[in-house]
Amino acid sequence: MYAFEIDRPTTLAAAVEAMGAEEAQALGGGQTLIPTLKQRLASPARLVSLAGIAELQGVCKDDAGRVCIGSATTHATVAKEAAGDYPALAALAGGIGDPAVRNRGTIGGSLANNDPAACYPSAALASGATIVTNTREIAADDFFDGMFTTALEEGEIITEVKFPVPEKANYQKFEQPASRFALTGVFVAKYADGVRVAVTGASEDGVFRWTEAEEALSANFSPDAVAGLSVSADDMIADLHGTKEYRAHLVNVLTRRAVAAA
Amino acid sequence: MPKDHGIGASDKRREDVRFLTGKGRYTDDINLPGQAYVAFLRSDVAHGKLNNVDTAAASGMPGVLRIFTGADFEGVGGLPCGWQVTDRHGNVMQEPGHPVLAQGKVRHVGDPIAAVVAETYEQARDAAEAISLDIDELPAVVDMKEAVKDGAPKVHDDLTSNLCYDWGFVEDNREAVDQAIKNAAHVTTLELTNQRLVANPMEPRVAVGDYAAHDDSSTLYTTSQNPHVIRLLMGAFVLGIPEHKLRVVAPDVGGGFGTKIFHYAEEAFCTFAAKQLKRAVKWTATRSEAFMSDAHGRDHVTKIELALDKDGMFQALRTETYANMGAYLSTFAPSVPTWLHGTLMAGNYKTPLIYVNVKAVFTNTVPVDAYRGAGRPEATFQLERVIDKAARELGVDPIELRRKNFITEFPYATPVAVEYDTGNYNATMDKLIEIADFAGFDARRAESEKRGKLRGLGVNCYIEACGIAPSQLVGQLGARAGLYESATVRVNATGGLVVMTGSHSHGQGHETTFPQVIAEMIGIDANMVEIVHGDTANTPMGMGTYGSRSLAVGGSAMVRATEKIIAKAKKIAAHLMEASEGDIELKEGKFSVAGTDKSVAWGDVCLAAYVPHNYPLDQIEPGLEETSFYDPSNFTYPAGAYACEVEVDPDTGKVTIERFAAADDFGNIVNPMIVSGQVHGGLAQGIGQALLEGCSYDENGQLISASYMDYAMPRASDVPFYTVDHSCQTPCTHNPLGVKGCGEAGAIGSPPAVVNAVVDALQRAGKSNVTHIDMPLSPARVWAAMQG
Repeated sequence: MYAFEIDRPTTLAAAVEAMGAEEAQALGGGQTLIPTLKQRLASPARLVSLAGIAELQGVCKDDAGRVCIGSATTHATVAKEAAGDYPALAALAGGIGDPAVRNRGTIGGSLANNDPAACYPSAALASGATIVTNTREIAADDFFDGMFTTALEEGEIITEVKFPVPEKANYQKFEQPASRFALTGVFVAKYADGVRVAVTGASEDGVFRWTEAEEALSANFSPDAVAGLSVSADDMIADLHGTKEYRAHLVNVLTRRAVAAA
Repeated sequence: MPKDHGIGASDKRREDVRFLTGKGRYTDDINLPGQAYVAFLRSDVAHGKLNNVDTAAASGMPGVLRIFTGADFEGVGGLPCGWQVTDRHGNVMQEPGHPVLAQGKVRHVGDPIAAVVAETYEQARDAAEAISLDIDELPAVVDMKEAVKDGAPKVHDDLTSNLCYDWGFVEDNREAVDQAIKNAAHVTTLELTNQRLVANPMEPRVAVGDYAAHDDSSTLYTTSQNPHVIRLLMGAFVLGIPEHKLRVVAPDVGGGFGTKIFHYAEEAFCTFAAKQLKRAVKWTATRSEAFMSDAHGRDHVTKIELALDKDGMFQALRTETYANMGAYLSTFAPSVPTWLHGTLMAGNYKTPLIYVNVKAVFTNTVPVDAYRGAGRPEATFQLERVIDKAARELGVDPIELRRKNFITEFPYATPVAVEYDTGNYNATMDKLIEIADFAGFDARRAESEKRGKLRGLGVNCYIEACGIAPSQLVGQLGARAGLYESATVRVNATGGLVVMTGSHSHGQGHETTFPQVIAEMIGIDANMVEIVHGDTANTPMGMGTYGSRSLAVGGSAMVRATEKIIAKAKKIAAHLMEASEGDIELKEGKFSVAGTDKSVAWGDVCLAAYVPHNYPLDQIEPGLEETSFYDPSNFTYPAGAYACEVEVDPDTGKVTIERFAAADDFGNIVNPMIVSGQVHGGLAQGIGQALLEGCSYDENGQLISASYMDYAMPRASDVPFYTVDHSCQTPCTHNPLGVKGCGEAGAIGSPPAVVNAVVDALQRAGKSNVTHIDMPLSPARVWAAMQG
C-alpha cells in the first residue's frame, strides 16, 4: 500500500467538499479498493470514507412504495432489513461474498465500481432502480456504461438507490469457482407493466438487459417461454472459468431458474 | 473397546490448544532486535536477457540499507539439487545452475532479480519499485512438448536442450512390454493431464536471518519441514558455513504439503544478508509471491496403455509422461516423476510387465517439486483411470476387474523394483463396499434423477510407498542424502521425558502421538513426555517430515532409543532390588522382579540414574539419555479402496460430491482420531485437485491463476461428510511399530474416484463418448464434455 491521506466526513456536504480535492477517491466498504491498494495497483492521494455518514445509511420505504437504500448500507444490513419488502433483493445481498465482505461492503460502492461480475448491478437494472447522487437522479438504464464504467461524474457521490418493488422476482447466481463472484448471474423482476431481465458476469460490456427474454416473459411468465431463446455468445467473456458459449448457455439456464423460483 | 491411553487411544491434540488460542509461535512471530526487512524485485516476464539492474536511484531512498543483485552472489554457490537421475541411455540428467538472485537471464515470472534491505518493509518495497531494469524479453517456452522440439527457445543456454532427462524404467523390459501390447487381446489407451497445482499452505513462507558477530555464527528461522536438511544444503552448498556455525530453526509451521521441504533462495538470501549487514533480516512472503515462488506440484502429461488378455488379466502396462520441472531444478524435483512415480505403476495389481518413460522438461515456469503424494498421485490417477476405462470397454464390472488382478501373496516383488511387504486389497475393497453402501446406490440414483440430476459412482484403489526410505537404496537411485531419522530420548531425574526428534510437525500432531508411543512402552502417562523438534541446535541430525514418514521412520528411531533407555533402566532396577537383570519386568511404570512382590517405581530408577549413590557405577554410566538413528529396510506400503458418489447438474455441468468413503490399511494405528483427520485433509486436497484447483500459464508464460480470484481452493461446502475406516490393518513387517503412514493417502486415492464417478454419471446418462475429462472438472469443462 502507498501512503495516502484519509478524510472521514460525517455529513454528505463534508464528503462532497472533500471529494473536491485533487486525486480524491471515494471509499465505500473498501472490499475492492482496499485489496487493490494493498497490491499497489492504485495510488490515490486521498481517500474519502463514506462509512461514517449517518444520512447514507439504512433501508426504508418511500411514499411510492419503493425500497430506498442508503448508499453506505452494508450488504448484511440489506439482507436483513429488505427481506420483508423485497426478498429477492435481500437474498441477493445475503449471497454476496462472505460474512466479512457483507459486513463491510456497501451497495453504493458496488454500483459505483460496476464490476462486470458483481451482483448488485443486475438487481438495480432489472428493478429499473433509480440511483440518486448528491447532484441528480439517474435511471439504472442510463447508469451502467460498460465494465467498471458508470455515468457518475468526477467527485459525484451515490447517496441512495430506490428500487420499485416487483410482483415477483428472483436472482440466480452461478458462482465462479475461485472468486465466488457471478460467473453468470440473472435477475428477473416481474412488474405490472412487464418483466425485466438483467444479466451480470457474462458480458464484456458488463451488466445488460436481455430484452428478448423480457418480451417473451412479459407475454408468458414461465420458464418455457425462454426455453428456445438464446443470447449471442459474441460479446460474452471468455476466461479460465468458462467459454463465451458456456456463459451464453448459462444465461438461458439461470433465467429459466429465476422465473421458476420467482 | 477403543483404548483410553497409549497406542490406539484418540488423545486430543495437545498442540491445538496453542494453535486455537493464538499462542502458536510461527516464523513471522519472530522479531529480532534491530531487524531489517527485505523486499524482492521479481521478474514480470517469463524469459528475458537481463542486461542491467540499475540500483542507483533506489539506493538513496529513505531507509535503504543495501540493495543486492545477482552480482553480489557471484562468489556464492547456487541452490543445489538433492537428487541426480540417470537417463535410459546411462547419462546423468542435465543440471542447470540456480543462482540465489538472477544472473544474466530471468527464467520465470517471479524469478528474483534484486533484493532491497531497508529499515521497514514499505521502504524496501518502495525502493524495489525504483530499481530500473533493462531486460530483452525472449520467447518463452511453456508447453512441454513444444519445449523439447528442435529449435525451441532454451531456458538454459548452457544446456543442450530443454530436456532434463529421458528416463526409462525398467529399461530392460521395454521390448517385452512393446511386444506384449502388440499381441494383447485388448489394449486400453488413455491420454491425460495431471494438472499443475499450487500447494497454498495457510502460512506463507517466511525467513529471518540473524548473525552473531561474537562467535561468527548464523541463525536462520524458516518455515521448513526439515531444518537439518536446510542447514546442510544451505551451509555446505550455497553459503559455505559449517554446521557448527549455522543453526536453522523451524518453529511452528502452518502447513507444508511438500512445498516447505525445499531449500529456497529467500532462505539463503536472508542468512547471507544478515551476515553482510550484521543485522537480522526478515522476509515474509505475500500470497502473490507464494503463487510465483513456492514450488508447484504435479504437472504431468501422460499417455498410458494397458494390455489385457481375453479374460481381463493385465498383461502389460506402458506409460509415457512429460513431467514439468519448471525453470530450475527444485531440491527433490528429479525424483518425483521417476522414483516416486515409476515404482508405483504396478499399483495393487500383478501386471507382469511394466515400462515407464518419463521426459522431464525445463520450461519458463515456477519450479515443480513434491506436493502431498509426490509422484504417487500421478501414478495412481493414470492407472486407476485406465483400469476404469478398460472395464467400460470390456463391459465388465470395474470392481471385479480390479479384484481379479489384485496381488494377494506377500511379500510381492513388482516388476518396477519394489517389494510390497504386506497388504490385503480384497479386505479394504470389502470394507469399502460395506461402508459406502453400494447396495443403496440405485435408490439414491433414482432419487437424484427425480430432481433432474445425474448420479454416478466411482471406485478406485491406491497404493503408495511411504516411510521414505532405505538410505542405501535411494543412494543407488541418485539421492544425494540419507533418509534415516533420529531421536534422542532424555529422561529427567524425576522421571519425565523429552524426545528430541528429527521429524518435524507442521500439522501432523507429533506432539500428541509420539508421547502416546512412549507412554505405552513404559506404562506412564503421556503427559510425562514432551516432544522437541524443529531446531538444529537441540535435535540430532534428522531428515524431517514428508512422504508420510514421521511415525514409520522417526517413530521407529524413538522406539529404538526408548528400548535402550528401558534396557539401561532395567540394569539400574536390578541393582536397586538386588536381583538378576534378566528377571526384571517393566509394567505400568513399575519395575518388578518376576515371581516376587519386589518392585521399584519408574521415577525411583530415574532418580537413581542421576543421583547415583546406590548405583552400579562399575558397570554403567550415570544418566538416562539415549539416541538412535533408524534407517528403514524397506518402504512401507499403505493401500486402500475409495468410493465417490457425485451428482452432476446436466444444465450447468456443476459436480457436487454427495458421498465419499475411504477404506485404508495403514497398518497399526497410534491415534485413530488424528489418522482420520489426516485422511480428511488429504481427501479435501484430492477433491480440490479433481474439481477445483489448477495453475494456468498463458502462452507467454504469464501466470494467470495468480491469486484466489482465479485459483480455486476447496472450501468446507465443496466437500461432503466423509466416511473413513482404517480397521483393515496389515501391520508393516519391518518397523517396530508396524505402522505405514497416513498423511498422503487421501490426496493420492481421491482424484481418480471423483473423475471415475463423473464419467460414470455421464455414461449412465447416455453420454457414451465421454471417456475422460481432464482435471479440474470445472462446471464449464463438464458441460463442454457433455456437448461433444
